[in-house]
Amino acid sequence: MAIAAQPQMPRVWRAETKPHKFCPGCGHGIVLKALGEAIDALGIQERTIFGCDIGCSLLSWDFFNLDTVQTHHGRTTPVLVGIKRARPELVVVSYMGDGGAYAIGAQHLVSSAARNDLVTIIVVNNTVYAMTGGQMAPTTLPGQKTETTPYGRDAGLTGRPILGPELVAAIAPPGAYVARGSIANIVQLKNFIQKGLQNQVEGRGIAFIEALSSCPTNWHTNAAATWRFVEEEMTAYFPVREFRTPDEKPSSPLREVPPRGF
Amino acid sequence: MATRPVTGEQRAFMTGNEVVAWAALAAGADIMYGYPITPQNEIMHYWTRMAPKYERGFLQTEDEISAGFATVGGVLAGKRAFTATAGPGNVLMQEAMAMAEMMRLPTVVVVTQRGGPSTATVIYSQQELNLTCFGGNGEGLRIVYSPASHDELFLYTIKAFNSAWKYRFPTFVLGDGYQSKMREPVTIFAPEARGITMEPCHPMVGLPGLPGEERDPAHLRNTYNLEDELYEVLMDAINAYESVAPQVMEWDTYAVDDAELLIIAHGVVSRAARAAVVTLRERGCKAGYFRPVTLRPFPAEPLRPLADRARNLLVVESAYGQLKRHVQAGLYGIPTPVTGYLRPGMGITPEEIAQCALSLLKN
Amino acid sequence: MDFNLKIALAGEGGQGVQAVAEIITEAAYRAGFQALYIPNFGVEQRGGVSVAFVQISSEPVSAPKFTTGDIVVALSPRAVERVRQYVGDKTLLVYEAGLEDDVRRVYGEEQRRLAVPALAIAQEEMHPRVFNVIILGVLVGITGFVKEEAVQQALERQLGHKFARDPALRELNYRALERGYDIGRGKREAVYTNLFAV
Repeated sequence: MAIAAQPQMPRVWRAETKPHKFCPGCGHGIVLKALGEAIDALGIQERTIFGCDIGCSLLSWDFFNLDTVQTHHGRTTPVLVGIKRARPELVVVSYMGDGGAYAIGAQHLVSSAARNDLVTIIVVNNTVYAMTGGQMAPTTLPGQKTETTPYGRDAGLTGRPILGPELVAAIAPPGAYVARGSIANIVQLKNFIQKGLQNQVEGRGIAFIEALSSCPTNWHTNAAATWRFVEEEMTAYFPVREFRTPDEKPSSPLREVPPRGF
Repeated sequence: MATRPVTGEQRAFMTGNEVVAWAALAAGADIMYGYPITPQNEIMHYWTRMAPKYERGFLQTEDEISAGFATVGGVLAGKRAFTATAGPGNVLMQEAMAMAEMMRLPTVVVVTQRGGPSTATVIYSQQELNLTCFGGNGEGLRIVYSPASHDELFLYTIKAFNSAWKYRFPTFVLGDGYQSKMREPVTIFAPEARGITMEPCHPMVGLPGLPGEERDPAHLRNTYNLEDELYEVLMDAINAYESVAPQVMEWDTYAVDDAELLIIAHGVVSRAARAAVVTLRERGCKAGYFRPVTLRPFPAEPLRPLADRARNLLVVESAYGQLKRHVQAGLYGIPTPVTGYLRPGMGITPEEIAQCALSLLKN
Repeated sequence: MDFNLKIALAGEGGQGVQAVAEIITEAAYRAGFQALYIPNFGVEQRGGVSVAFVQISSEPVSAPKFTTGDIVVALSPRAVERVRQYVGDKTLLVYEAGLEDDVRRVYGEEQRRLAVPALAIAQEEMHPRVFNVIILGVLVGITGFVKEEAVQQALERQLGHKFARDPALRELNYRALERGYDIGRGKREAVYTNLFAV
């Protein structure tokens, strides 16, 4: 009897903690695969620190063969900035959901972007607060039904979905790398994340990658509807592309100041 | 580049905030994370002037939440990291300190108490005792020192780093705005000049060796799936705290052997309490004083026999009963009446205490 | 001889009250006394009356602030009102002579007092900027136990960089100190009997 070929796990994944703890159809596994492949490609496993937030991202606390710290909701970036400032030789990855990045931890994102902190931030955007049971998130699309917008998100009452990479791109000084990828294109997503890690390794500036992701559990969707929502509805609102690369000509009057630890 | 900020012992005349910055330097603190709030600011001012000369780091964060969590990051990385705050900043800091408590991270926070609640005054109080000892959604597994003079502010700032790293509990130096802003003589010293060895620091992440191959990865978390998991972790921490508490506890007494009136105060107020005892003794009153130097763990055991022997207890504090509640809880079952001279947010002079004591004795 | 001398100083921002307090406290410390100085500070960076609390003692100082001063200095009309709470029966009230009417209105005739024509001296004989140095000299003169040289050294530490640029400034400051000292000296007896009365 032929054994079906298993897809290769990234080397940095921790086999002992697989299968992972995410729901069937969740996008986290795909994003973490892209991250794992990027770390493998750069050969930085020994000096990479992984930090995860609260929300479903916390389930990745034992995901990798990486020294890992699971922090509080929205506070992963300050913890990793603290680590980076104390030990600049380390590569730090701040992993969180859209709630942690754009709502409760927004001040940290804005400030880290302004400071051009040498940290690689990965935000998984699935348009809902998933771990708490599917409430409206900063990224919930207009008209989208959630537990706290049961009749659909009314943008007039609750505003429009926040555009994270666009926000960071507007703030960060030259040297920043900013992109939005999607679990619908894992090769591109891995490429974006790898560039984001490379940016930190080279000490050029902040790296920020948003990944469009799925949550069939809280969306109450089947496989086809899940993919349609990611590929069509989300992508229509959240453009998938690079927003800032470190090699671009500075368009702002800001002079490039190389960021550094102490 | 100079590497030793303090050699031997040096006499100086300076503000408390300057004392803290020198103490952190002398203790070998590697990095400070801070956010401006009065009356703590000059700790950062002195630190940022001196730190680069000794290859120490500083980051001004976007708020106290970030300062607290960045300090958590600094200690995870294996560095002597600290921050300083006060009042509403101390409130925000509690979130990170709850994480430090859960994960037993050796953070050091210097608190310069100001008036409360809310924004209140930027000047002085002893109203952050409850918050500093028991802030956060936990059990208060912290070490809290309450210094009374610049000499002690220097000593206990150094000690805070050592206690934090030795016992692995978040450690606080609970000063106040008066101590921050006043100038008085102080002897600053290199720890080794007083026989103090600095506890070594160890990284908790960024360890040597390839994780998963040469060693297990460090997987640090503060979230647990089941009650039983949490209970086990927490009881380990609680048992560890209780077993080290007798070593950590510190207190001070004066003229207590035959004291019929025992005055209890902490921090800067204890100076006035001691002076009042001197005055009362001169007037023939058998007064003595007891001062908890550690507010967490609270030295109830050494206080109990003294309180039992006394006829009256007078708790004096610049808060409305925060210390008094600790005292009463610690003295449960002892019938000696406890009176409070409670002045939230106000300084207290020896004359006031002596007068209060005399009227207490008259009744 | 055990003593604890308490001095409260108050004036408008810019009158140099805090500098006087800092210099005299530091000079006392250098002269071997216990000393403690604390400024008042609030959320108003500008506009409030500036108050300084100084204690010079043979023993370590207890509370940083006090209820009643041995010497209370008031240098502006608002300061005369503001320091009312620190003035007791035995307190020596030192004030700028131009505030005579304000002092009379608030404190009556009985209060022990020393009017110092610092403004007039500064303007007519020296320079308006040494107003506070005259007051400093008065306090050094009254107290007596802090040597003038120690005060001069403290002045050098505070203003040395300015003296280096303009040596005439040093001479001016020393003269102001001396002038104040002579005024204060005459009142020394009054403070001593208060301080050391058992």
